[in-house]
Amino acid sequence: MAVVTMREALNQALREEMLRDENVFLMGEEVAAYEGAYKVTKGLLAELGDKRVIDTPITELGFAGLGVGAAMAGLRPIIEFMTFNFSILATDQIINSAAKMLYMSGGQFKVPIVFRGPSGSAFQVSSQHSQAIESWFSYFPGLKVVMPSTPADAKGLLKSAIRDDDPVIFMEQERMYGNKGEVSDDVEFTIPLGVADIKREGTDATIVARSLMVPMALKAADVLEQQGVSCEVIDPRTIRPLDIETILKSVKKTNRVVIAEESHPYFGVSAEIGSQIMERAFDYLDASVRRVSGADVPMPYAKNLEELAIPGVDQIVAAVREVAYLD
Amino acid sequence: MPKLSPTMEEGQLSRWLKKEGDKVSMGEPLAEIDTDKATMEMQALGNGVLRKILIQDGESAPLGQLIAIIGEPDEDISSLLSQTETAQPAKASTPDKAPTQEETQAAPSPEPRAESKPKDEALAEGPPRDETNAGDSGGKGDKAGSAGGNGTQRARLIVSPLAARMAAESGIDLRSVSGSGPGGRIIKRDVLDLVAGKGPAPATAEDGQRTVVQQSPAEPSAFRDAPVSEMRRTIAKRLVTSLGPIPHFFLTTEIEMDRAAEMRAGINALDPELKISINDIIIKVAAAALRQHPQVNASFQDKVVRYYEHADIGVAVAIEDGLITPIVRSADQKSLSQIASEIRDLSGRARNRKLRPEEFIGATFSVSNLGMFGIDEFTAVINPPEGAILAIGAMAPKPVVRENEIVVRQMMRVTMSCDHRVIDGATGAKFLQTFKKILENPLFLVV
Repeated sequence: MAVVTMREALNQALREEMLRDENVFLMGEEVAAYEGAYKVTKGLLAELGDKRVIDTPITELGFAGLGVGAAMAGLRPIIEFMTFNFSILATDQIINSAAKMLYMSGGQFKVPIVFRGPSGSAFQVSSQHSQAIESWFSYFPGLKVVMPSTPADAKGLLKSAIRDDDPVIFMEQERMYGNKGEVSDDVEFTIPLGVADIKREGTDATIVARSLMVPMALKAADVLEQQGVSCEVIDPRTIRPLDIETILKSVKKTNRVVIAEESHPYFGVSAEIGSQIMERAFDYLDASVRRVSGADVPMPYAKNLEELAIPGVDQIVAAVREVAYLD
Repeated sequence: MPKLSPTMEEGQLSRWLKKEGDKVSMGEPLAEIDTDKATMEMQALGNGVLRKILIQDGESAPLGQLIAIIGEPDEDISSLLSQTETAQPAKASTPDKAPTQEETQAAPSPEPRAESKPKDEALAEGPPRDETNAGDSGGKGDKAGSAGGNGTQRARLIVSPLAARMAAESGIDLRSVSGSGPGGRIIKRDVLDLVAGKGPAPATAEDGQRTVVQQSPAEPSAFRDAPVSEMRRTIAKRLVTSLGPIPHFFLTTEIEMDRAAEMRAGINALDPELKISINDIIIKVAAAALRQHPQVNASFQDKVVRYYEHADIGVAVAIEDGLITPIVRSADQKSLSQIASEIRDLSGRARNRKLRPEEFIGATFSVSNLGMFGIDEFTAVINPPEGAILAIGAMAPKPVVRENEIVVRQMMRVTMSCDHRVIDGATGAKFLQTFKKILENPLFLVV
């Protein structure tokens, strides 16, 4: 075990899987010579060569399509989007080709591909470059969607995603690339997709949080602990398939839930989780499920407004106090 | 403000029996409180000195509101006082508002509560900020409910799904729970507090078999629970869909009262002190008939039908602004003179609202008499969970046919309302037959 950044943990996963399986290759804008816009692919071109680490033109739909074709032909491509904001251009290949191919070919063509890159807000990159669009991809049967919140989860989940035979959307968070944590250096260390992690145990309220909201939820839980409220923090880690059972088990214990997310509230992941809780644990709820979401506006550029648009510790604390009937 | 009756939501301080600075010891009466049902004595739950009185004679407070502080003579109560000062305006002006549990706990405590609570307590009881926030009605939409819904929200029960399930599982009537959530919502802690306060779960034995033995005639009647049969369950299920939650049916008969009136006159002539009334005789006869028809002295309890050994008869007494039914316990074992003096005492105290809860809760059968108002005949509504109620009309001379002759007799019409889930038509009719037979021939009382 060593303490590394999220960026380094992702780099380890890429390198280990590319060394392990020669069918794995990496393709995207600036991934090779520049070593990645966020330096996630540092050192890979030098070690693995330009057949395995490939720079593309600024053509998201094109290289996403190349990746899908390569996957159908038996390779295991990793497609990096410089940010998921640019994946919007490639959604036809992701949704109409990658997600549907196994089904429409009657099981003849697997598409073992990973689309990865940073998602969500960064620092003052404004409306078009600050989007959390996991609910889009989670909507479609045929895709798996992963959002790690720690370096260890990032490494273990990315390795599982690369080994998975289905297309996986792997969303990192730009603000979290520098976060540090202990990470295993065992090349066989993986974390299965579809298994939530209880980041902190508690008895009075459950906070479901993913990605950037996990450290916020843990800080909120510290604050609430001082106020006598014991919070359980659950990180689903994989949005699809969703480990709803772990969430339900927690809700049945605490009877109160807050779902925190960086994305817009409308038709989001929290709406789906909240709905499933009400369908399956209604009689265990002592309060309405409460969401804490990003502001329902395009992300402002101004620093002060940007801060207000992203949920923080205070909002999570307030929401937990509300469902615990303390305010 | 402690809960002094099962349905109490607020209490009016009738008068303080102690002054500030008086020493009080555990169990000593502190004040008299008017509840919705009666005037009750509030006792001290600890030893100390009555340091501060927070509501004065004649003022009302919702359940759980801090109304006085008992502590050591030199104890610092300033933090408790400052909490109350911030909270008081909101409370005084909104008596209907749901009380917070924190104060229910704090009020009777012999020592002022320390500011810092152990962590695990904080959630269950809620911190004192509740009160100040609830008074601030200009806040978010969620909170407006608690300020705006006063008075009217009582009609509709607001309850969290969890609290509803917990109440159902422990057999608690949600109408007896006061909600501490927003808008008076009943939440988990309200049910937990009630369960903690009331001891063992009430009378729904899972296996359907339970027998309670009575220790003395003054106590509530002993009973035995018989399992609800499939047929009985079907009858119960089908009939509740017809007429309200309790499927009533009504049986009416006319009773010749000449001999009963004669007996009453005879007894009162022997001893004018006894002051036996016709109603006393009716209670005595009803109790005797119930002894012969235990199927009528019964109550539908969802999973079991409960048959009582003794007839605890509720006697409806009209009082100002309402009515109350004090109970003659084990009326089947008491003499006519005992019944008469008990009813006189109970109805006198009922009118002065001085009944204790055990004196008006838990009858097995009721009698309601509107004869004194000149009502010939009426139907009464069953007082759940009792199985039946007898409605007594006025006694009046009427022409009747006896041995082919038209003669004048004192006639009285009675109507029994039966809960069809426990009493069927023929069962009720046979009871009324016996009741009529004894009342027309009171000598049966001594046979």
